[in-house]
Amino acid sequence: MSTTDPGTQNFPLAAEGREALEAAAREQRALTPTERVIASVEAYTPEEAAERTLANEMLADSRPGVRQPLLLNLGPNHPSTHGVLRLIVELDGEVVREVTPVIGYLHTGIEKQCENKTWWQAITLVTRMDYLAPFANIKAYTMSVEKLLDMEVPARAEWIRVLLAEMNRIASHLVWLGTSGLELGAMSVFFYCYRERDELLDLFEMVSGERMNHRYFQVGGCSDDLPPGFVERVRTFAKEMPGRIDEYEALLTGNPIWKDRMEGVGVLPAEELLALGVTGPTLRAAGIPHDLRKVAPYSGYEHFQFDVPTSTKGDSFARYLVRVQEMRESLRIIEQVLDGLPEGPVISDDRKVVLPPREELAYSMEALIHHFKLVSEGFKVPAGEAYAAIESPRGEMGCYTVSDGGPKPHRVHMRDPSFVNLQATAPLCRGGYLADLIAIVATIDPVMGGVDR
Amino acid sequence: MSDVSAQIEAVSPGAVVGEWEHVGELTVEVQKERIVEACRALRDGPTQYLLLSDVTCADFPDEPGRFRMAYHLTAIPSGARVRLRAWAGALDPEIESVTSVWPGANWMEREVYDQFGVRFAGHPDLCRILNPLDWDGHPLRRDYPIGGEDVQFSDAV
Repeated sequence: MSTTDPGTQNFPLAAEGREALEAAAREQRALTPTERVIASVEAYTPEEAAERTLANEMLADSRPGVRQPLLLNLGPNHPSTHGVLRLIVELDGEVVREVTPVIGYLHTGIEKQCENKTWWQAITLVTRMDYLAPFANIKAYTMSVEKLLDMEVPARAEWIRVLLAEMNRIASHLVWLGTSGLELGAMSVFFYCYRERDELLDLFEMVSGERMNHRYFQVGGCSDDLPPGFVERVRTFAKEMPGRIDEYEALLTGNPIWKDRMEGVGVLPAEELLALGVTGPTLRAAGIPHDLRKVAPYSGYEHFQFDVPTSTKGDSFARYLVRVQEMRESLRIIEQVLDGLPEGPVISDDRKVVLPPREELAYSMEALIHHFKLVSEGFKVPAGEAYAAIESPRGEMGCYTVSDGGPKPHRVHMRDPSFVNLQATAPLCRGGYLADLIAIVATIDPVMGGVDR
Repeated sequence: MSDVSAQIEAVSPGAVVGEWEHVGELTVEVQKERIVEACRALRDGPTQYLLLSDVTCADFPDEPGRFRMAYHLTAIPSGARVRLRAWAGALDPEIESVTSVWPGANWMEREVYDQFGVRFAGHPDLCRILNPLDWDGHPLRRDYPIGGEDVQFSDAV
């Protein structure tokens, strides 16, 4: 049956279930586990489903004492799934037997589009993947391109990047904390978190002109210096913020409901998480202090004093505590950046890659030519491949770029931590309650824009 | 020969095709039939490449092997990195799945299958992941057009 079949056209989900069956039939193979789950949860229109009542099913398989599993479709647009994440849950009573995440609802083909843009145009696209950590996306990408170009980035630019990356980490953790609170019924913390996040977005707007999806970092540095008054405002923020974090903790850390929902929920041994590729706070909460800012320092992180918060419990509550502590550590880094921000240029002076300063266009023919060439054709990157990885708020954000020597990338691949971490959903949820699934997904903190790209 | 190649060769003699150091990154190319052995050797070796950071692919239509797989391995706790490379083949590209070494390769390989059409032998759940299940073609192949596709989902509004 096709998607235009009158029986299914008003029920896109029913149509999609049939697609799985069709695709397997065309390729003459059996359904894979994921396809089987998708097909069994949705291959029916409401009329067909009405025929398949539980009573009818049980008549068909009426062995006494046989417990009927229930397939529950959660999402793709469910308020508790942290974005357009769809989870098909196999339930035995209230206990989760199996979870099948279905993703791709935000897939926009960014990696494909990058191949048709010049190296500098692609920045705009990669920024939009993990929409809560735009500075992390763009940092990984520019770092990878800078590696291929073998480019020196001025110290001031690197320090500004660290400053904004840490502010971004706090902003991202605030959205995580606020929405996790909402999902578990602690509504007020959401308003507290968004109050501070708004101040951060104002600061991002001040520096880049945009509240989200900034393309402030460029290949070779930053597009502009910090605006006047910015440093003072960040200093005020950094001074106030520890007290604000105390407020969140006063609401949650000792809250018996919050603890009941989180403690002992969603535990896996650290080795298993590592084998699944899980990184970031989720891995650190299980006891492995793997933080790329310490393990493989980039952008001058080795100059800053900070600790990597870890826990050995590995449950949802530990993930919560680790993230809250990370916000405090980020504030420490921010204060150190503000105290020691070096003077100097904010972008490399390599005219073959970086746009010349605006005022030079008025008197220098050479600058005008460079400007024209860079904007129309773009800069060329020597052939080769590079992988740059940074510690995003969610874990290892990697960017693999392949150049064929031309002005456009041959391949751009982003290793998004949300995508990989989400694989741990099923093993973390198995054997727990359905309500725990919400707490687990919340504390894995997937951002669907990054998952689907 | 680097430490990494030596570790692979010790377990699987003849597996290493070549190695390069470029922009500070070590790349080791292995025969595609030996990819699982090479991965297992590095995971269980003294450097402990316990984390598979990334599995991806790049399409080179003019090369005889066409689909070049790249596996990015990270050592825990030292943070050392290495990239393993293998060519999957132009016609009917297929390579063995490394899910038996790192279960986390599951979705990464599904993504490569979805976007490039490289099949992974022994993969437990090889179906599309980002594109709809009945999508035609593999979008990240270089010969897949960038514009002019039919608008999808228009019947679902």
